[in-house]
Amino acid sequence: MIQKSRLLEVVLDKNMKILIVDDFSTMRRIVKNLLRDLGFTNTQEADDGTTALPMLQNGDFDFLVTDWNMPGMTGLDLLKTIRQDERLKTLPVLMVTAEAKRDQIVAAAQAGVNGYVVKPFTAAVLKEKIDKIFERVEG
Amino acid sequence: MVDMNLESVDSDVGAEIRALAENMLKQLEQGELTKAVALVNDLNEIRDQTLYTEIGKLTRALHESIKNLEFSDPADAGSDIENTTDKLTYVLEMTDKSANRTMDLADTGDPLAKEISEQGVQLSERWKKFMNKDINSTEFRALSQDIEAYLLNSTTNANEIRQQFSEIVLAQDFQDLTGQVIHKVTDLIRDVESRLVRLVVMAGQVDQITGIRHDLATPSQTENSEGPDIAAEGPQINKADKAVVNNQDDVDDLLSSLGF
Repeated sequence: MIQKSRLLEVVLDKNMKILIVDDFSTMRRIVKNLLRDLGFTNTQEADDGTTALPMLQNGDFDFLVTDWNMPGMTGLDLLKTIRQDERLKTLPVLMVTAEAKRDQIVAAAQAGVNGYVVKPFTAAVLKEKIDKIFERVEG
Repeated sequence: MVDMNLESVDSDVGAEIRALAENMLKQLEQGELTKAVALVNDLNEIRDQTLYTEIGKLTRALHESIKNLEFSDPADAGSDIENTTDKLTYVLEMTDKSANRTMDLADTGDPLAKEISEQGVQLSERWKKFMNKDINSTEFRALSQDIEAYLLNSTTNANEIRQQFSEIVLAQDFQDLTGQVIHKVTDLIRDVESRLVRLVVMAGQVDQITGIRHDLATPSQTENSEGPDIAAEGPQINKADKAVVNNQDDVDDLLSSLGF
């Protein structure tokens, strides 16, 4: 198990293109900094689903980290839209949100989220979830 | 605030109506039908007068209450509600500024600490070689110079980092300032709520006097959270709520129960 995760460290492409979606610039910055500390530097930002969607459709993103509660298009709607999109439906999505109701988490899972992190969160939790998502995706 | 005392109004009017009714009965017993009919008109007039007076009072009271909802002197530019919006915008700006300032400082400090650490590792390796007598005199001279530079450099960096730490602490002053503002906003909301309640009570009295009955339609059911269109609610304040998860572990448990 330990060996497997060590192997994954190598397998995880640090250059993968990540889109961070949150309406609060500080939260985007926090996520971006944490990802940078984890070695992921190829990140872009969007402030809600409406701006994120065309970016996702036109740019070859490997991973989406999105908030839920945003003006315009919410993270959940973005997730649902992505899962309907032939080209984007397999894109790994991590939801990082303050939404903490059981019903909401179930709804996100049903909509096809790959990971769910409740705010406030730590760098360790973020790393663990990202590892887990790609562990599942890769294999 | 105008106090309405409907009971006393009722009893005054009641006494007047009783006097008229008794008079009317007397006229009827005496066979004075015309006079009795005239008294019916008087009765009507009393009813109308009472109604008009009370509605007048209530209207004034309502008007007063609505005016009070604006709180401040009309001469002041903008009401307290408007001020509140400004205050909340201020809170948003303050927290935003503070968060960014803190992150800026952490970003500036990080490379300084990294430099100390990396140079330290590198010098340790060379120092180990020296301890093992594994270096020549040229290498030793270079090592001495580098150690001297490192001592100087790490002191400078540490001092800068300390300065950044103290600025990070200072950047937390928003808590105090925004806290005060939020207290004011909370007070205002409480005040508005109690005024609104009084308005509702007064409106109820208008209904009572005029005899208006509302067909109270059952309030439309708010969207059930189990519905397909589940909405975002923002941070949950009440962690004791069973519908709310307490931490990331709860989220993980829930998701693993769903096969994640």
